[in-house]
Amino acid sequence: MKNKKQVFETVIHGIFLILGLITVGSVLLITVYLIISGIPAIREIGLVHFLFGKTWASTAATPSFGILPFILTSVYGTAGAILLGVPIGFLTAVYLAKLAPPKMKKIVSAAVSLLAGIPSVVYGLVGMLVLIPGIRALFHIPDGASLLAAIIVLAIMILPSIINVSITALEAVPKEYEDASLALGATPIETYFRVSVPAAKSGIAAAVVLGVGRAIGEAMAVMMVAGNASNMPSLFQSVRFLTTAVASEMSYSSGLQQQALFSIALVLFLFIMLINAILNFFLKRSKEE
Amino acid sequence: MKKKLLVYAFATAFALFALVGCSQKRNTVSTDGSTSMEEVIGVLGEAFMNDNPGITFTYNPTGSGSGIQAVQEGRCDIGLSSRSLNDEEKASGLTETVLAYDGIAIIVHPENPVTDLSLEQIASIYKGEITNWNEVGGNDAEIVLIGREAGSGTRDGFESITDTEDACKYRQELTSTGDVLTTVASNPDAIGYASLAAVKDTVKAISVDGIVPDENTVKDGTYVVQRPFILVTRTDGKLSDAAQKFFDFATSETAVSYINSAGVVAAN
Repeated sequence: MKNKKQVFETVIHGIFLILGLITVGSVLLITVYLIISGIPAIREIGLVHFLFGKTWASTAATPSFGILPFILTSVYGTAGAILLGVPIGFLTAVYLAKLAPPKMKKIVSAAVSLLAGIPSVVYGLVGMLVLIPGIRALFHIPDGASLLAAIIVLAIMILPSIINVSITALEAVPKEYEDASLALGATPIETYFRVSVPAAKSGIAAAVVLGVGRAIGEAMAVMMVAGNASNMPSLFQSVRFLTTAVASEMSYSSGLQQQALFSIALVLFLFIMLINAILNFFLKRSKEE
Repeated sequence: MKKKLLVYAFATAFALFALVGCSQKRNTVSTDGSTSMEEVIGVLGEAFMNDNPGITFTYNPTGSGSGIQAVQEGRCDIGLSSRSLNDEEKASGLTETVLAYDGIAIIVHPENPVTDLSLEQIASIYKGEITNWNEVGGNDAEIVLIGREAGSGTRDGFESITDTEDACKYRQELTSTGDVLTTVASNPDAIGYASLAAVKDTVKAISVDGIVPDENTVKDGTYVVQRPFILVTRTDGKLSDAAQKFFDFATSETAVSYINSAGVVAAN
């Protein structure tokens, strides 16, 4: 009887181990595959030419593979999305966690969850049909597909992650802190911004980094609104992100062009690894606090 | 234990890759060449395999040039090219059979007063030499150039016909015909190009050198923004039974509806 139980335990243990290893295996496989397929093109083009070259003409008679425009666009685009999205998301989180009446909180939280569930292609479609003509009319430029359009779409897309993680961090602040502040005569608003927010700052920082990760990795929605010409980034110009550079050319690519796309993916992967490392750092710190 | 599992995982993955890599068997029809022909050859291949369950059909999208070379070297049964063979290639013992014609429509917003452009004007517009619609008889507005991504067959076709390879100053490079149509439909100053069969009422296909693009003008060659889709075979060599069967099928009456469903005009 006891023996049977033990066998059962071991079997279940084994199954869980295998399931766990599937995740690890996938990550390893992707990493190894990306490195193996990303290195040859970088070697052929030259790391400096690849990373700092300003022209991308992958199918030209004399092709050139410089991805500086993509890197800068991804950085600017993400920074813009954070600049727009973080104040909105952060203040929404403070409102929901501390100020909102229960009924209101329920409605807004539901809306935020819904926002998180909308597929990115839908964001892209709405951006294409509403945002692009809107920007075109508002700023009197010939075409609305631009870095600005991408930034606005990304800012909205990262809102749910920022709001949800910030709320969790704010709600984890011990009530005693706030009570003490209120008892000392501070108003509720003063308390939230001087006591609750500083106490939750690691968690909020983690929310921002998560937003960065989401924004830099988004491809579909961006591809539909950014225009995809490989220009150096400028607010009203058509631009191409690292993600869209890979996605837009992959289907018909061949030879060195295809290898270079893998190399772009490798660069993007390194960016995301870096962001993940920063995220882990903040999460660890917020746990220690 | 962990190590062993990892080894298995890698082994499976590599086995999968290897399977994709080799599919050269005896009862196969192998085609090689133009990426633009992907859709039409995909439709034909599928229909052919449904009718002939024993035969495997393969298509290797490498580009017209490599496809022609592959037939020459006997690495495939039928080469696919989206341009006519030149005299040199014909002299080297290759035969071309036109499968279909691919018309590329030049599209603008329906409210754009421009209805006709010459091929030279289109080229100058895409090269950025003409930047305002009023230079070609339209409104005073900057022209917004919409194109396809590098590697796209439509882009390749458009640029080679208008002789604007690597010179186009695109404002937007979109990844599908549908995106091009939507974008042109929503911007009054945009100009784009798309496969003729895909053009809908939301945009206006303009005439080129006075010729309105439709099935007939594409077929008789008067509408110039078009190119042939060609099956390349060796003049002396005999096709294998399976390949001959596919060749006959692709050039038969029954294939016409399949070819047209892929958005091109069947040659016969």
